Amino acid sequence: MSLRLDPRPEAPLWLQVATPLMAVGATMIAGAVLFALMGHDPLAAIRMIFWDPLFGQAAAYSRPQLLVKAGPLILIACGLALGFRAGIWNIGAEGQYIIGGMCGAAVALAAYPAPGLWIFPAMVLAGAAGGWAWGMIPAMLRNLFGASEILVSLMLVYVAQKLAAWAAFGPLKNPEGFGMPGSRNLQQYSAAANPELIAGTGVHWGVVAAAVAVLASWVLIARHIRGFHIRAAGLAPRAARFAGVSPGVLVAFCLGLSGALAGMAGLFEVAGPAGQITDSFGSGYGFTAIIVAFLGRLHPLGILLAGLLLALTYIGGELAQMMLQLPAATVQVFQGMLLFFLLGFDTLTRFRIRWGARA
Amino acid sequence: MTESDLFRAEGLGKSYPGVRANDDVSFSVAPGEIHALLGENGAGKSTLVKMIYGLVQPDEGRMWLAGQPHAPSDPRAARAAGVGMVFQHFSLFDAMSVADNIALGMDDPPPRRQLAERIERVSADYGLPLDPRRRVASLSAGERQRVEIVRCLLGHPRLLIMDEPTSVLTPQEANILFDTLRQLTTVGTAILYISHKLDEIRALCDRATVLRHGRVVGTLSPRDHSAREMAGLMVGAELKVVDRSGRQAGPVVLEVAGLSSATGVEGTRLRDVGFAVRAGEILGIGGVAGNGQEQLIAALSGETIGRPGTVRLAGQDLSTLGPEPRRQAGLLTAPEDRLGHAAVPEMSLAENALLTAAGRQALVRRGMIDHGAARRFAERVIAAFDVRTPGPDTAAMALSGGNLQKFVIGREILQEPRALVVNQPTWGVDASAAAAIRQALLDLAARGAAVVVISQDLDELLELSDRLAALNEGRLSAPVPTEGLTLDALGLMLGGAHGMEAAHVVAA
Repeated sequence: MSLRLDPRPEAPLWLQVATPLMAVGATMIAGAVLFALMGHDPLAAIRMIFWDPLFGQAAAYSRPQLLVKAGPLILIACGLALGFRAGIWNIGAEGQYIIGGMCGAAVALAAYPAPGLWIFPAMVLAGAAGGWAWGMIPAMLRNLFGASEILVSLMLVYVAQKLAAWAAFGPLKNPEGFGMPGSRNLQQYSAAANPELIAGTGVHWGVVAAAVAVLASWVLIARHIRGFHIRAAGLAPRAARFAGVSPGVLVAFCLGLSGALAGMAGLFEVAGPAGQITDSFGSGYGFTAIIVAFLGRLHPLGILLAGLLLALTYIGGELAQMMLQLPAATVQVFQGMLLFFLLGFDTLTRFRIRWGARA
Repeated sequence: MTESDLFRAEGLGKSYPGVRANDDVSFSVAPGEIHALLGENGAGKSTLVKMIYGLVQPDEGRMWLAGQPHAPSDPRAARAAGVGMVFQHFSLFDAMSVADNIALGMDDPPPRRQLAERIERVSADYGLPLDPRRRVASLSAGERQRVEIVRCLLGHPRLLIMDEPTSVLTPQEANILFDTLRQLTTVGTAILYISHKLDEIRALCDRATVLRHGRVVGTLSPRDHSAREMAGLMVGAELKVVDRSGRQAGPVVLEVAGLSSATGVEGTRLRDVGFAVRAGEILGIGGVAGNGQEQLIAALSGETIGRPGTVRLAGQDLSTLGPEPRRQAGLLTAPEDRLGHAAVPEMSLAENALLTAAGRQALVRRGMIDHGAARRFAERVIAAFDVRTPGPDTAAMALSGGNLQKFVIGREILQEPRALVVNQPTWGVDASAAAAIRQALLDLAARGAAVVVISQDLDELLELSDRLAALNEGRLSAPVPTEGLTLDALGLMLGGAHGMEAAHVVAA
């Protein structure tokens, strides 16, 4: 007896919806087993991660954090998903996020301490431009020399991290910071700050931008000819080319747009929750957004839900760290398992499992 | 049916969701017989031979091979029982040698040197010259088919299944293949031969089993029946003859001059290709696959961009423009590969309508797609070209090859192009659908369009074209009027038999 995989002619819709849910369920079970092996009460830990942030005793503090964390994840994932649909793999959103944050912060620090309504919009533009430019590097290298955008964009993350460290110790360092690395705190500079817009909700401009990105990318994919071309290029590159889609233009569009969105996410973070550029500004949002994009089936609505779920694992993981002394790697293990199980269950949408000998 | 049957099937049935592919199919093949399987696309021929070759299992019914029950669970079991199959689409790796490719397809390959000797022996025995060390990339379509045939013959099959073997061959190459097949029958090998080409079945086959809608409608002797009678049996009705009347040649519409592929391009390079097509005229371009057809249509569609002055439509230079501006100007194309090139398999027919009609049919306004208009256009194509499908929301890959081809060609024709270039417009399409497509191309020309038909089907070229040219190794011959051209003359024009020599039938 053996296990066989027979390709399905067409993936049923219910399976496409069900597999992310199955992946979440399997992650919880595997996580519970892990916690039990570590000597913790598995049910308490799972409850701490998935339930308490929303409905537990500290929910008043942690609930707004949900949108604070989900905002950048969703904003970045919306951009990534467009590229992924076209078969263009931007793995370096983390780098574009860092560069965007740095460029936006640089604008604010250059203007400091001048007041002015123009400052924040200029920072947003600078953040988007920085992320765009960082994304255009792999795009150009692919178009000119055929370099893999997967590797180039990924490696540029590490370059961006070093640049952020250099800036935090060098040109962007707070002159009044008593020699500590890191820039001025932009939260204390009202013209540049990205504050909570509605008290107690966690909504800042980045969350607003994420909501706009969900709607806009939905319209783009479902109604706009460019979105149609993106889908066609991902499904059948030759057919897209026959329709008149230039592969090079598409590469530049997708990497540029996803870079710009990641850059904006970085700017909203540096002007808001993070407050300053430090040598460890990168927070992993750019990588987690890849999981968000896939868990959300590359669909804007799915990305919205997946972003909220991944945000929950961040907050719940922190809570579990504090309350149960679980290791800090818990969150990453959870996120990794989520992607692993999703890819595994995805096989079910494309194949049917058959038990039986080959004979 | 007698005891002397080599192969016998009784009451075979196979169902797929929504389709009864085979229903109560019974027939037999004698040793040394060349037996034709005839039928339109979707008549169940493929399902039937897949069951014999072990690729699918019948739902009911039984088979015998050489007196033994034959129920192969996979192709390996079928090969072990003595069944070989040469597929219509070759499964060869371009980058590997002939011997490596053959070894890959064997269940238990011998050492390479020994295998090379066996390949040389078999290919010499059957008049199929083949160098085991050559890279497949450098072989013509006819030579690639030889690799597939030799691969089968190494297993000493008692029953050899051939699926549309001549669709990629010149008449001369086809004649050599026929000699090889006849020679095989002298040693008792039976051949199950699938083809649409009734004339070649009449010349080659001893008996023919005709399928229609999955059922056997008759077994007959092809030599005693006309092609027209057999076609009638296949489709269950008399075939329509295309109407070539009502056309007048006007001014030159499409003009190609000095068209050459850039260096470093994959595959066959075009070399100084030139022709002119008038309004109302159909130019046929023949030639064996792989001689530049793909490159020519890509250069005309705008998928590859050429030097200025190489492609003109009614005097306007389109050479440096991409596909969409060329469509706007009125030059439309339909590539050979339906799934993945002319259409996106996973997308609906309405979305596939957008692929080429978005601009010209105003299905997009200010970048926003008018999905209603796209659906309506797809519905028009479906209605006008009798595309058998539940509707415009069906995925392209859910359609049979012939129906998708009707949709793809219809999508371009309904856009009323000034010039239309099609590659293999009726490839793998059944007889009645092929006739409909050909008539639509003639009607389009009659309405004043310039039409270029690239095809490997000589009957089709003779039926449609006013003038004919041949594409050989990237060069296009000077077009000659079709009238009075014989099949033989045409075959020679297409570049002869590519060094093939007729098999010398060994006196057994």
